[in-house]
Amino acid sequence: MERVPILKIGNILLVSIQVDMSDQTAVALQEDLAERIVATGCHGVIIDITALDIVDSFVGRMLSTIASISRVLDAETVVVGMRPAVAITLVELGLSLNGIRTALNVERGMELIAIDRADDDHDDPDDDLVPEPTASP
Amino acid sequence: MTSGVDLGRPQTQSVGSDEDVVRVRQLVRTVAVAVRLSLVDQTKVVTAASELARNTLVYGGGGTVEVTAIDNGRRPGIRIVFADSGPGIADLDLALTDGYTTGGGLGLGLSGARRLVDEFDVQTAPGQGTRITITKWSR
Repeated sequence: MERVPILKIGNILLVSIQVDMSDQTAVALQEDLAERIVATGCHGVIIDITALDIVDSFVGRMLSTIASISRVLDAETVVVGMRPAVAITLVELGLSLNGIRTALNVERGMELIAIDRADDDHDDPDDDLVPEPTASP
Repeated sequence: MTSGVDLGRPQTQSVGSDEDVVRVRQLVRTVAVAVRLSLVDQTKVVTAASELARNTLVYGGGGTVEVTAIDNGRRPGIRIVFADSGPGIADLDLALTDGYTTGGGLGLGLSGARRLVDEFDVQTAPGQGTRITITKWSR
């Protein structure tokens, strides 16, 4: 079974899905990501689906599940790079991707995560580079 | 993209594993491109095929998928038949309801796939297996 690599860039985990995933590969990615979030303490996950030419209900559910798992582990997930034809098909299929944040590309996804963390840290305008959380709130 | 695929005859892919579902997607895409479906229609029919091939595997216990390039004299299209010898579908109307599932999925496979194609036909009965035929025409 193929495994999808997970890259750490600063405080963000980047997953760029480059293969037509089997269902097993998708489930393995969920588990690998959960472990990497805890191991690295990253606060953001970006899933780049630019290379995916379809997202069916299984992969859609995987994306929703990853977003939920990340949230429980104090990380925000942003799905980026969805192709227009994939978006049209997803909506017609009936998948709403509830709870998933999206951005058009990786750069905007990173901005979104940075803004989120800044908000969490009491709107400190200097904290736009995803700071480590302070010892106590 | 069409290398190795003879479009003059139906292409058959057995479905017995996750990897076979991936192969079905690739075969359907190859034929959809060859019959000149638009990018959006290619995406729709490949997505529908992915849902139905997974159903063949998960609910039908495996089976076969047959993909054929067709032409009705006015326009080309793609026809795909998903056949299994599984338990069949007892209540087809219920199975075609959005959100209904017996397998722990989202319940969008059958109903969603029907929305993504031009023609959708199901032949099934308890104990008789299931045969689903879908067609997408080039516009």
